[in-house]
Amino acid sequence: MQTELRKLRDTRAPEGFASRVMAAVGLVERYAVVESPIGAVYVAWNARGISAVMRAPSEAAFRRRFAERFGRSAERGEVPAALRRALAGGDAAEARRLKYDLRVCSEFETAVLRKALEIPCGQVRPYGWIAREIGRPKAVRAVGTALAKNPVPLLVPCHRVVRSDGTFGQYALGAPQKVTLLEAEGLDVARFAHEGRAGIRFHGSATTKIFCLPSCSDMRRAKPANVRSFNSEADARKAGYRPCKHCRPVAA
Amino acid sequence: MTTDDRLQSDVAAALAQDVDANFERLVTGYKDRVFAFVLNLVADRFAAEEIAQETFVEAYRALCGYAPPRRRALSIRAWLYTIALNRVRNRARARGLGETLPLEDALATARADAREEPAARADRAESAAELRSALARLALRYRAPVVLRHIDGRPYAAIAEILDQPVGTVKANVHRGLALLRADLQTRNRHAD
Repeated sequence: MQTELRKLRDTRAPEGFASRVMAAVGLVERYAVVESPIGAVYVAWNARGISAVMRAPSEAAFRRRFAERFGRSAERGEVPAALRRALAGGDAAEARRLKYDLRVCSEFETAVLRKALEIPCGQVRPYGWIAREIGRPKAVRAVGTALAKNPVPLLVPCHRVVRSDGTFGQYALGAPQKVTLLEAEGLDVARFAHEGRAGIRFHGSATTKIFCLPSCSDMRRAKPANVRSFNSEADARKAGYRPCKHCRPVAA
Repeated sequence: MTTDDRLQSDVAAALAQDVDANFERLVTGYKDRVFAFVLNLVADRFAAEEIAQETFVEAYRALCGYAPPRRRALSIRAWLYTIALNRVRNRARARGLGETLPLEDALATARADAREEPAARADRAESAAELRSALARLALRYRAPVVLRHIDGRPYAAIAEILDQPVGTVKANVHRGLALLRADLQTRNRHAD
């Protein structure tokens, strides 16, 4: 009888058992195609949050790139409503409410992305601003690298981080797409580029005596006649202006 | 190093690093063993799949709460078996000592019997389904050690750890369990003729 009992050992788990377990613990990665201002993008998510936003020429290409980058596979799924809203409208508040799976990012990269998430829709910040805000003022170049590796572009708005000389810099989903996106979000792209090239770094309001980054929403309230331009912090301070508390244009 | 040892140490090391990224390796590496173990305890495929799945879900939750050194030191197979066995116990308790012969296997047994000639039936080796049904009729305190020792081939020390019993008790229960199983099958065969 012992020999017979021994034979009961060779039993296999039913077909699909492993994937049912993975689904039950919430570790299945799902993806969907979602419309965005720069066309259709592939978005992947799991129980931890949104893990990837990618452009790809085909579904097969996306699946391959996703597996290469993240070392796991994803299955097609139904896109959550909040995710669709966040991608469609460039809604900053919605994007901030979403959860992100940033396991592929280092601590520094995560800090950069979290900071980028604070930039309101329609505004931009220089690379140096992020570096300073996260307490690493000298790591400007590293900030650029971290943003280029952003696994969830569009949602974490790395496109709102630009150079201070009036050019827009690189973008994970393509440099031209960066400008398209900023325009769609309401930034006056032509004016921003022109002023940047002209060396203008800050705008100030003659009535409040506060100076801001050019795209700060506080400046929109100022009458055009009262807006002053400054090429440096020193110029602004000399003229008796103090930095804005919302866009924090210079080091405190 | 045996294949089992290598699997154990690979999976434990991977889990110590990152549970979410490596949990799938645990599932694929141990699903057949855990499912077979549970099936041999409950003799019902549907119940076995449910319990095996619950076992992995519970394992996942536990892993998330363990610190890396604890995950690294896990004796995975024994640990999964312990969880599975608790699930089997809880289910039996919930059903109120429901240690009845599952219908599916009773039918399979009946069909197998119908096909066979009486002469062949007399001295045949027990079919898998029949053996499982007989096991299912055995009280769990004998069933679990018999399954672990004679089906899974676990050493007594490992069984003692899984059942949380002294080795002497385990040996006695395996011995007694086998005797009961043999007696049960003999009675059945006599009745069948």
